[in-house]
Amino acid sequence: MTNPHVAFENVEKSYDGLSYAVRHLDLEIRRGEFLTLLGPSGSGKTTTLMMLAGFETPTAGTIRMNGHPIDHLPPHRRELGIVFQSYALFPHMTVGENIAFPLSVRRRPRAEIEARVKRALATVRLEGYADRRPAQLSGGQQQRVALARAMVFEPQLVLMDEPLGALDKKLREHMQIELKRLHAEVGLTVVYVTHDQGEALTMSDRVAVFNNGMLQQVDTPAALYENPANAFVAEFIGDNNLLAATVEANGGGFCAARLAGGTEIRARVRHPAEPGEAVVLSLRPEHIRLGGGDGNILVGTVNDAIYYGDHVRLLVTGPDSGEIVVKLPGRVATPPPGSAVTLAFRAEDCLALPQPVQ
Amino acid sequence: MFLVALFLYPLAEMLWKSVADREVREALPQTAAALARGATVDDALCATLAQELVRSRADGTLAAAARRLNYDVGGMRPLLIGSARRLAADPARDCAALAAVDPRWNEEEVWAAIRRAAGPLTEFYLLSAVDLHRNAAGEIVPVPENEAIYREVLWRTFTTSAVVTIACLALGFPVAYLIAGLPASRAGPLLALVLLPFWTPILVRTAAWVVLLQNEGLINSALVALGILERPVQLVYNRIGVYVAMTHVLLPFMILPLYSVMRSIPPAYMRAALSLGARPAEAFLRVYLPQAMPGVAAGSLLTFILAIGYYITPALIGGAGDQMIAYFIAFNVTDTGNWGLAAALGAVLLAATLVLYVLYARLVGTRGMRLG
Repeated sequence: MTNPHVAFENVEKSYDGLSYAVRHLDLEIRRGEFLTLLGPSGSGKTTTLMMLAGFETPTAGTIRMNGHPIDHLPPHRRELGIVFQSYALFPHMTVGENIAFPLSVRRRPRAEIEARVKRALATVRLEGYADRRPAQLSGGQQQRVALARAMVFEPQLVLMDEPLGALDKKLREHMQIELKRLHAEVGLTVVYVTHDQGEALTMSDRVAVFNNGMLQQVDTPAALYENPANAFVAEFIGDNNLLAATVEANGGGFCAARLAGGTEIRARVRHPAEPGEAVVLSLRPEHIRLGGGDGNILVGTVNDAIYYGDHVRLLVTGPDSGEIVVKLPGRVATPPPGSAVTLAFRAEDCLALPQPVQ
Repeated sequence: MFLVALFLYPLAEMLWKSVADREVREALPQTAAALARGATVDDALCATLAQELVRSRADGTLAAAARRLNYDVGGMRPLLIGSARRLAADPARDCAALAAVDPRWNEEEVWAAIRRAAGPLTEFYLLSAVDLHRNAAGEIVPVPENEAIYREVLWRTFTTSAVVTIACLALGFPVAYLIAGLPASRAGPLLALVLLPFWTPILVRTAAWVVLLQNEGLINSALVALGILERPVQLVYNRIGVYVAMTHVLLPFMILPLYSVMRSIPPAYMRAALSLGARPAEAFLRVYLPQAMPGVAAGSLLTFILAIGYYITPALIGGAGDQMIAYFIAFNVTDTGNWGLAAALGAVLLAATLVLYVLYARLVGTRGMRLG
């Protein structure tokens, strides 16, 4: 990346000088991409967004936009649109006045404001709503007004702080598609904050995963899912079985690791794991088959079988591991609870991961 | 029941007192009735009046009637009391005899005063409260310049209250804004400080200002010591003292409604306005202030209404020319015993308050006005 849109350079934020909301953050945001900051609450993702918006000041490090440091710029001169979780539509103004606000504070001519407000309303499919009050709109409509207001002055960068958090599931999925469409149409850079990994995976070009103020991994959704950098990412993105193990030998991209119960597992490895190092084995539920065969074998007893329609989940407890979740296609005969089963999985589908970055 | 007994009944009683007129009816029933019917002054009426004067003097109702008539036309009290005493010895049978007792019985003004006071209802007190009266011909005219005081008092009451309200708003708005922006753990103690003056009796607070503001007081001494003033400035027993003390006393009533409204404004609004490119001052004016308006309206209304009824502070700190309407209500009740005029002044005050309230409700909307 020769010319990132935004670059965080070793940014740090501490409120009390003892604990850190964000630590050692190096992150480049590419021009035109949809980047999601993903993490549990308190992980530093919102603080990162607020530092970019200018409402929080980093205690160390530099944020650059288009190559220039923006640390000294107050929020109103950063030229970026923000969609807040609460939408923050001004209740004493109509929808039209809300959308016109960023243009009128920029002293644009009246005719231009009218035309652009009209266009913005059309973009979010709310033609004819200009004279309504925000309180008269549904949650989804308010959301779209907030979006139109954040984009009408054509900022190059739009920040969204859990904008879909207040919507119900169906509307949320609809708005996810709308947001993707808008992003593709307008071609701006979007930085999106959410704690919902499903939302992050479906919408983003890239996802930055945060935990405890540390950036854990930045990658495409597929790469995060297939090749999580550490145990935290592996657990946070999608369903996963995590098994503690100790490395016995390492070579050729694979390692041999021994579970606490003594079973040896052959797993893919992407970091230089030394023999004796504690690792976490990541094993996706959908990669486990019933019955013997090639590759790794685990034995256990079925605790429960949960029917999901398109698939069945088996909860299996083995002597080597805690509970392991197995995802079976719905048509496969399900062993009854209490029966002994053998679980098989390929070495390629099992990934030995280092401990999370602290 | 409580509401009726403790609130509505006294209010109704006050309003009734401001229009009731029964002293003359009780003392001179037949004369009053005849004059009220529009009878002309003839010998029969003069004789009736003479009898009734004597009788009412005997049964003790004359004094109240004489005082009542004296409010309207100066000199009526000595006229009635004196005539009654002399008529008791020597009854008069016609107008000539009555005039012989006191020549003023020939004046139409005197009879008109009795007719106006014939009751049972009168607008006399209400008219007096705004410096109007009916002349002998029955027309409503302003009272002579040298007797007019209440219009000026009303005007003074309103202007003083307006100045105090504006001062409270100017001082209270930043305080409320500051406290509303703090986390709850730090807002609590500060709010307690705002309420602290309520723990001190108002008399003590007012007296404290006298101590601070007097010529040898803390403020004047400090200013002189610092060389800002050459000699002490009169700060107390004038309008400045009234402004300062009333603003201090009423400030919490401004801050609390402001705070309660401001606290309900999420900080996201200001952030949104800033992120959309508004300079901080513009964001404040266009986004924050309109949402704080219900608090400004409620606080100002509360402060103003409390201010126009203020008694003790101006009475202690103000000079003779700074007394507000409440002082004159008290004066009429305790010093002159003119309950009717006191009630009428109270009614004017009540009417002014109601008009203000309606005006505000129109401007802001009662739903938008939150007092707590």
